Amino acid sequence: MKVLVAVKRVVDYKVQIRVKSDNSGVETQNVKMSVNPPDENAIEEAVKLKEQGLANEIISVSIGDDKSQDVLRTSMAMGIDRSILVKSQNTLEPLAVAKTLKIIIDKEKPDLVLMGKQAIDDDSNQTGQILSALLNWPQGCFISNLKIENNKVFISREIDEGIENLETSLPAVLTCDLRLNTPRFASLPNIMKAKKKPLETIDIDTLGIDTSSKIKTLKVIEPPKRKAGIMVNDVKELVQKLKYEAKVI
Amino acid sequence: MSVLVVAEHDNKNLKSSTLNTISAAKKLSEDIHLLILGNKIEDLAKSSKSIQLVKKVIICDHEKLENQIPELSSPIISNLAENYSHILAPSSTFGKNLLPRVSALLDITQISDIIGIESQDTFIRPIYAGNAISYVQTDQKINLMTVRPTSFEKCEETGGDAAVENISFIDSEVKTTFVSREVSKSDRPELGNARVVVSGGRGLENSDNFKLLYDLADKLNAAVGASRAAVDSGYIGNEYQVGQTGKMVAPELYIAVGISGAIQHLAGMKESKVIVAINKDLEAPIFNIADYGLSSDLFQAIPEIIKELDLLNQIES
Repeated sequence: MKVLVAVKRVVDYKVQIRVKSDNSGVETQNVKMSVNPPDENAIEEAVKLKEQGLANEIISVSIGDDKSQDVLRTSMAMGIDRSILVKSQNTLEPLAVAKTLKIIIDKEKPDLVLMGKQAIDDDSNQTGQILSALLNWPQGCFISNLKIENNKVFISREIDEGIENLETSLPAVLTCDLRLNTPRFASLPNIMKAKKKPLETIDIDTLGIDTSSKIKTLKVIEPPKRKAGIMVNDVKELVQKLKYEAKVI
Repeated sequence: MSVLVVAEHDNKNLKSSTLNTISAAKKLSEDIHLLILGNKIEDLAKSSKSIQLVKKVIICDHEKLENQIPELSSPIISNLAENYSHILAPSSTFGKNLLPRVSALLDITQISDIIGIESQDTFIRPIYAGNAISYVQTDQKINLMTVRPTSFEKCEETGGDAAVENISFIDSEVKTTFVSREVSKSDRPELGNARVVVSGGRGLENSDNFKLLYDLADKLNAAVGASRAAVDSGYIGNEYQVGQTGKMVAPELYIAVGISGAIQHLAGMKESKVIVAINKDLEAPIFNIADYGLSSDLFQAIPEIIKELDLLNQIES
């Protein structure tokens, strides 16, 4: 089995983001960037499948500028065999991302595609679903458990009401929840080894797809701030405030 | 033009997220059609036609639609799309799972999780876990959007008499079969919809201690929530998680107990009207957004609050 993992480079989840003063977006220069957290779960799952002998080749793909090489190197330090960077100066919308991935998938012919359920920058939560529809492969979203046996795929999905269990087959597109596994840390020797693993670069303009933005961002603003509250001294005061000041109980 | 709302339901009742989404649709058009895809939904169709804002209820009733497999429902939606200027679904796990497939089938870029509608083509949505708010505009011929339920009021369920139209099921080859759903049953209000939410974090220390929160919740007729830390520690099921990757809530009163207030948690609850934080760590970031903070040991504070609430009730009765 061959597994392809899609990885996005995003502002690190620990960074307190800043809105640009001209309201054109969020500051991404000179801030720490990392692998999108649920994409790390996708990488981890692919590496586990290889360790279990279920996968024989695991590859990662990212779309972005040259700097996105660093998240691909991280994926290879975690155990991915080789990587592909689709070079694009522009930020792509989910539909264009899925179209780009489809072209890579048509060429690489993986049996399984894994990615995070959502990127923590634009929070769209779309790419896996779109890709599944474009490929006409089964879709499994927000998965927190995966078992593959004899080409059968058993997944547990995190849904609002609890957990949904589905059975499907390969090839499939699965999007990973943070609860799927605990991503490993890359060890220093593995980080060094990853530098020698193959990283292919493809220019997005050679793929012949429409990657133009369909959605125009007019402005990005800071969310309204909550006004500072007060500290109460004890439970009695708290309950009195809730009853007679806030009038919510 | 008309607006299509894709209903979230359990084949018996509409989920309240559908009512919120209908309210969002009202900001776009007077001609709102509600699409219900499900199995044995005659009764559901009957109750839905009384929603005043809905002009037409479109029903696709087929046994294969019982479990909302998106590979089956998305072609039915895309097939209707040309009649509509906007197609809306709640940004619950139901809508997130489904609508991007319609985006693929229509070749139209979807706008996720809108929290406001500026005009027919301009929408407001949070990015970076709500730490920035983006105003976006599109000139695509159909606007495909998921709607954050807590950002729009629930619409009235009565007063209307909409037309009902049955459409035929379009079969698709699907390799996925439904196995089971593990749903926790509770008599408490639904988390996404409750007037009061009592949430617990790692400070609760174990699942047995969550009983304290249940007692408090029952006193306040509240739903119970949890931080990701509490869920990941196994204190409570994932369906209770409030935050960026869990549920978004905006109750009148949110009581955060033993929750430090990670950015990802705040993203899910900071739209609450009144926030109370109870934490013994005075440095906990949750105090920065709380209206009322109490720096105290929760194991003492919660029983005391229950006692005070009982006293109040006695005075009133």
